[in-house]
Amino acid sequence: MSDRYQQLVNTPIGKIVSKQIGLPAPVKLERYERGQPVIDGPVLLGAAPGGRLAGAAAQVLAAVEAEVHTALEDDARSAAADAGLDAQVWSAETADEEQRFKALVFDASGIADSTELHHAYAFFHPTIRRVKASGRVIVLGTPPDDASGPRQATAQRALEGFVRSIGKEVRKGATAQLVYVGQQAEDQLESTLRFYLSPKSAYVSGQVVRIGASALSADGIDWEHPQAGRSALVTGASRGIGRAIAQVLARDGAHVIGLDVPALQSELEATIGELGGSTLVLDITDDDAPQRIAEHLLEHHGGVDVVVHNAGVTRDKTLGRMSDEQWDMVIAINLSAQERINEELLARQALRENGRIVCVSSMSGVAGNAGQTNYAASKAGVIGMVHSMAPEIGKSRATINAVAPGFIETQMTAAMPIATREAGRRMNSLAQGGLPVDVAEAIAWYASPASGGLNGTVVRVCGQSLVGA
Amino acid sequence: MNTSVRRVAVLGGIRIPFARQNGPYARASNQDMMTATLEALIGKFSLQGEILGEVSAGGVLKHSRDFNLTRECVLGTRLDPHTPAYDVQQACGTGLEAAILVANKIALGQIDSGIAGGFDTTSDAPIAVNEDLRQVLLEINRAKSPAARLKALAGLRPQQIVPQIPRNSEPRTGLSMGEHAAIMAKEWGVTREEQDELTVASHRNLAAAYDTGFLDDLVTPFLGLERDQNLRPDSSVEKLAKLRPVFGGENGTMTAGNSTPLSDGASAVLLAGEDWATAHNLPVQAYITDAQTAAVDHVHAREGLLMAPTYAVPKLLERNGLTLSDFDFYEIHEAFASQVLCTLKAWEDPVYCKEKLGLEAPLGSIDRDKLNTHGGSLAAGHPFGATGGRIVAGLAKMLKEKRSGSRGLISICAAGGLGVTAIMEAA
Repeated sequence: MSDRYQQLVNTPIGKIVSKQIGLPAPVKLERYERGQPVIDGPVLLGAAPGGRLAGAAAQVLAAVEAEVHTALEDDARSAAADAGLDAQVWSAETADEEQRFKALVFDASGIADSTELHHAYAFFHPTIRRVKASGRVIVLGTPPDDASGPRQATAQRALEGFVRSIGKEVRKGATAQLVYVGQQAEDQLESTLRFYLSPKSAYVSGQVVRIGASALSADGIDWEHPQAGRSALVTGASRGIGRAIAQVLARDGAHVIGLDVPALQSELEATIGELGGSTLVLDITDDDAPQRIAEHLLEHHGGVDVVVHNAGVTRDKTLGRMSDEQWDMVIAINLSAQERINEELLARQALRENGRIVCVSSMSGVAGNAGQTNYAASKAGVIGMVHSMAPEIGKSRATINAVAPGFIETQMTAAMPIATREAGRRMNSLAQGGLPVDVAEAIAWYASPASGGLNGTVVRVCGQSLVGA
Repeated sequence: MNTSVRRVAVLGGIRIPFARQNGPYARASNQDMMTATLEALIGKFSLQGEILGEVSAGGVLKHSRDFNLTRECVLGTRLDPHTPAYDVQQACGTGLEAAILVANKIALGQIDSGIAGGFDTTSDAPIAVNEDLRQVLLEINRAKSPAARLKALAGLRPQQIVPQIPRNSEPRTGLSMGEHAAIMAKEWGVTREEQDELTVASHRNLAAAYDTGFLDDLVTPFLGLERDQNLRPDSSVEKLAKLRPVFGGENGTMTAGNSTPLSDGASAVLLAGEDWATAHNLPVQAYITDAQTAAVDHVHAREGLLMAPTYAVPKLLERNGLTLSDFDFYEIHEAFASQVLCTLKAWEDPVYCKEKLGLEAPLGSIDRDKLNTHGGSLAAGHPFGATGGRIVAGLAKMLKEKRSGSRGLISICAAGGLGVTAIMEAA
């Protein structure tokens, strides 16, 4: 799992050589450790005139006790004052050469047509080179569908290209995100902004996420333990990404119910035992698996708050060489089982109010991959399932979303041929593979009781891979 | 005992032209300058032989022998020697504070008339003996026997001869006032260009005030100087742009042009109750309506040293039911162009107004055409104690010329994180 190249280019000589010959220079990404502040460093907040999100952003920044800077006469400054932020004054003209920011947060919702995109240019032009290592660029906009007319929709859609390009320009582990916040969804911004500001989103970049209005409120939430008092089912929890998911949800206060196949029972018990959780051993493709899961959850936990569909397999062959079994197994585990479990849990009302279903898709599901017709179909199907079930699940005051991991350093990727592995690792904006915990943190963000505004969305944990949109 | 409060009239003032350090007034003492200024005021209002309620004046740089300087000045004038006097000292706020003190006594009916003044010389500055030497000399003085004196004398060392020259620095931060202003300028993102533009306006306005004759009866020549020595009527942003930064490091924005120079001078203003003015057949130019001082915590909270007026003015406005835009003239002392600009930015800033001043909304903006319309300290110079008198006298005349009921705001920042502000209204 170790990335020798990354270690090499981060030695003093390696740095010189890689710079001279223009090799990718992956840095060690900052990752979250318990007790750490959401953001450790100054945040520059700005807004295009007439925006509606700077206030919500300022309130989050105040809540996380960030050191905030704003320009005088920027709309964001009034927002900062209203939020009780003692914001420092930013002036591009007089700032020190050495002034750096850990995050640039820009409310672009006021941009009403393409000419006004200049506001985004004007904010970032003097500041983009002042972003610190593992820094954050976050643009807030209005979903084009919620725009007041074609010109606003056009300009807001333009932000996607803008932000994704920033993701590819910033260096040293910095990331860029576009967050579309729907009308009346301003109060749902906090969990997403906290996630994107923090090192928890280390390997997420170039993503576009839509936050919608929600009646679910997270008032009084303990942000250190957002899952306190909640139970979380994690399939495939014994190892790899599933294990990391179980660990992160337990860290967030959840009682984790780890599920895996009988063959992995002892590993599962070791993993989940450490977390003080409970285990459920079964094969999710069994005919009666959905019923047994629902009954277990209802009987032992009175239902469930978070379901993470992580269990998955690959059986790679080009389509002409793929066997029936290889096709069927992958579709059954990766997709059909998830559908059946979801249906059963909903039918039995085992998913509690403010519940969360989080599915694990894949970059292959987004972009396709030679030798993975079965796997890519299953993972694209997961995205389809998330989209199609979201309205229904939303009605029962819960949400369904998916994360699509890119190249994550696991036993699975360690077994790849070196050329494939190196290509997978480097072909993204961060020039390195992600860690299981990166996927787990994204899942924890979706699973948070404060993330009710996210429903039917997919976020990629891929370091902004070149593959796929 | 009088329980009513009387209106306090400003009858007029006068000053000598302000000179640059070690210029024409190099050999003039504070007492020389203040006495000459008082004499000019006495002449202007025919006060010879009068017993006034009091004369209150002060300066920042004073010799220890000048413990009663204002009284000594009075004794050297044609005022009746029965006129009492005292010294005031509140850094650059001295002159305005002196006026407030006299005004308050008039308002309470304790006196009917008085002169408020101020002075400073940076040329004839006091030089103190080295602290070690001072201790030795005091010990010798305390010694009772010749032997003990000799013993104390043996404590003398050559390095004790090095004198202590007054420094323009804050005792609790060790930074000069200019360095403090540079920190403020940086915090508020004040550009070099903005500062230079304000400086040019100051010079142009002061030059115009001389050219139109506005200052004819406000400034009286002294030691051959007829106009303020620092005034550069042909000052321009282009010329100022050539100056090197003197505060805030290499990339600083503050220069000798957009900072006030060390200067020498004195000023005096005649204040009275209305009855006294009528009895002496002296027309009232304006009234001192109200005043407010404030201070910032530049030591522990690291607030901007010269930002105290930003605290004082909102209190003044609230007490008088006014808003920042309700004035015809704004006299903001230009210690540094950056100080004025930081003050204006702070009043416009929602964050500062809420966090520091506790206001729901920004205090607001001012019409720049009403700011220091007849020049400010950047052009005139700034003998610390004399600036308050210059402003009060100038504003009184401006208000009188404007119209009845017109209103002016004075804001002066001072060392030690102090601010002195006042409202004046035309008669």
